[in-house]
Amino acid sequence: MNPDFEPEVLEFRDRLEKEAEEGGYHLNPDREMTLMLAEGLLVNRKRYGYLLCPCRMGEGVMERDLDIICPCDYRDADLDEYGQCYCALYVSREVLEGKREIKGQIPERRPEPEELERKREESRAKARAGRESMPLWRCKVCGYLAARGNPPEVCPICKAGRERFEQFSLGGDGPPVPLWRCKVCGYLAARGNPPEVCPICKAGRERFEQFPL
Amino acid sequence: MFEEYLEMVEGEEGKHDLILFALSTCGWCRKARSFLDENKLPYRYVYVDLLEGDSQKEVFEEVKRRNPRKTFPTLVIDNEEVIAGFNEDKYREALL
Repeated sequence: MNPDFEPEVLEFRDRLEKEAEEGGYHLNPDREMTLMLAEGLLVNRKRYGYLLCPCRMGEGVMERDLDIICPCDYRDADLDEYGQCYCALYVSREVLEGKREIKGQIPERRPEPEELERKREESRAKARAGRESMPLWRCKVCGYLAARGNPPEVCPICKAGRERFEQFSLGGDGPPVPLWRCKVCGYLAARGNPPEVCPICKAGRERFEQFPL
Repeated sequence: MFEEYLEMVEGEEGKHDLILFALSTCGWCRKARSFLDENKLPYRYVYVDLLEGDSQKEVFEEVKRRNPRKTFPTLVIDNEEVIAGFNEDKYREALL
């Protein structure tokens, strides 16, 4: 089976790869898999108006599907734990270099809707309780932080849209997500684990330290 | 009944009755279908994302009943065993 892909699919896949590499991410070396997924993403964009995850069933309402717009909020945690994202569109460097094998689909990390809503409310409450003199915005996809009136139109690190940002606070009893600092260039990101590669200076994960508050 | 939405794929003699709930956009679902096709296993499948309104709800309820995490692909074997997600080793072990 070797399906032919439309030129727009080939083009879109190449764009995804370029953007991934620029941000320190990698597409799956299984080219046919990434083409199938790129095709699925384009179908979803036509169908829903946004890049809904091709391997998940969305509700078709952008506000409710925000966390599963590709790249999803769960990609980086899945890359850390399994070396692949839920769809296996993205993989870790280990997988790219053939040092780790992809055996099949990984478990779903996305919480059930009620749990998701509870977490959203929790982080909104934390942000409201913060003492920042200016709103601090966090990209939920990659952990990028920016202190400014409103979130940027597009995350400069991972290209996620403005709607993927949440207000964030360092104050009170500490941030809800750990803060990581690149010891080489000082880049800061709020995320579960440090990124594989610093998106700014390309230093490896081992050059990050948890930033004390 | 959700069965009316299933498409039949013919194969060689089938040891099992197989129903695959899938999404038309999903890479793992395509891999699952390829596995069944390459091994000439007969099966029925439905692309849940291509259904609309009440028919989609009805089929999705069935997926939920079989696999509470509602993930795709969901393979139901002989109306009994369920394999959630595609994993070639698991498919091989259960089906060949």
